[in-house]
Amino acid sequence: MAERLKVHVDPDKCQGHARCKALAPELFELDEYGNAHEAGDGTVPAGLEDKAWLAKSNCPEIAIDVIEE
Amino acid sequence: MSDVSQPAAHPPVTDWLNDFDHTDPQWTEDPFPIWNELRAASPVVHTKRFLGCYLPTTYEAVREIANDPEHFSSRRIIVRDARPEVTQNAAPPITSDPPVHKPAKQLLLPPFTPDAMKKLEPRVRAICNELIDGFIAEKQVDAAARYTKHIPVRAIAHMLGIPESDSDLFINWIHMILELGIKDENLLLQAVHEMSDYFRTHIEERRKNPTDDLISYLMNARGKDGQPLEEPHVLGSLRLLLIAGIDTTWSAIGSSLWHLARTPADRERLVAEPELVPTAVEEFLRAYSPVTMAREVVKETTVSGCPVKPGNMVLLSFPAANRDPKMFPDADKVVIDRRENRHAAFGLGIHRCVGSNLARMEMQVALEEWLKRIPDFRLDPAGSVTWSQGTVRGPRQLPFLLGKAM
Repeated sequence: MAERLKVHVDPDKCQGHARCKALAPELFELDEYGNAHEAGDGTVPAGLEDKAWLAKSNCPEIAIDVIEE
Repeated sequence: MSDVSQPAAHPPVTDWLNDFDHTDPQWTEDPFPIWNELRAASPVVHTKRFLGCYLPTTYEAVREIANDPEHFSSRRIIVRDARPEVTQNAAPPITSDPPVHKPAKQLLLPPFTPDAMKKLEPRVRAICNELIDGFIAEKQVDAAARYTKHIPVRAIAHMLGIPESDSDLFINWIHMILELGIKDENLLLQAVHEMSDYFRTHIEERRKNPTDDLISYLMNARGKDGQPLEEPHVLGSLRLLLIAGIDTTWSAIGSSLWHLARTPADRERLVAEPELVPTAVEEFLRAYSPVTMAREVVKETTVSGCPVKPGNMVLLSFPAANRDPKMFPDADKVVIDRRENRHAAFGLGIHRCVGSNLARMEMQVALEEWLKRIPDFRLDPAGSVTWSQGTVRGPRQLPFLLGKAM
């Protein structure tokens, strides 16, 4: 059984590069300024784990956490 | 307008470590070995040129400075020979520091979100195809003069609501500000005045006949105090959008095509796998980042252990940061399917480029449309590629042969 993942965007670090939205559109949403936050409570649906890690490793501001629960 | 004289030359650099100069022809032609040499020596180097200027050479040093507006002000963002008095509202928010920066930036962000760019995308695709129609029948083409140069200027003109046919005017102003203006203050001021007059006319027209474009958006925007923006702020932001949105992306598209012209394996792969284009665009942005910004040191501090002193400028080289092997394995290799890519081509911290989503869309569309219609092309050995000098680096002459090699 794979671990369940959650993503979280630190709103103080996010500068709206929007890389996460491009790479994992299911997991992130953008506000009217283009700054990101996690979709819903950040739970990563099964099968999208790779995208969560990809988003984290492409955020220039190191604003994304992937939490293993 | 186009007969602007070339400013005085600097003495050639012989000691890069203690006397670097980003306007030196060697830097313009091939900066990468210079950055590697300087990075191996120190995370921060200094030159007495430009009245004193530091260069952070590592990704970490660039990040430290970008995230520290208290010690590193954006009131001056171009490293030049002169240090004229700072003007208010020069080009908010790029020339603003906290706390003025945030509201000015938030004003500009909504028109540039990824969703807003999706609406603009069909026009950009059409612009690309109109341009390709103009030369596809020819065997030889200067892709800079006939293609890359025109895409961003027309796209931003479309957004601003000014005639796409005024493009040559804008390109000339940008050349005066970003290249000639480094060494000649008068040319810079002349360009700024001409741009302001141009926009004043368009603002006046919109007072009588409001439109649905970026100029009207800024005219109707409200500041923090709920009042309309003062005219200098509106003009400053309009100048910024025009300057920042043009030769930056033109350079990025040009460098990408230059790479593909001389790297058949990558070109063939992108033709076969167009879905890889967005990933490749990120790698082109990393490896050939066009924009070098600047800061002014306003308080003494240290960067990666190196002391820095007020009165000096900082050449904030995102391009050099993006070649740091500590941050990017095989940093000097272009890996078009690089999976982890935290490149800083659009800056880091609060001054992240407002137009990054626009630039990305333009790059993707420009490469997709080109590769669809011109899958085979290569550098013309009879021509020469030339690169722009100074703040923005990209090919200004890109002689290609179109079609399969015989």
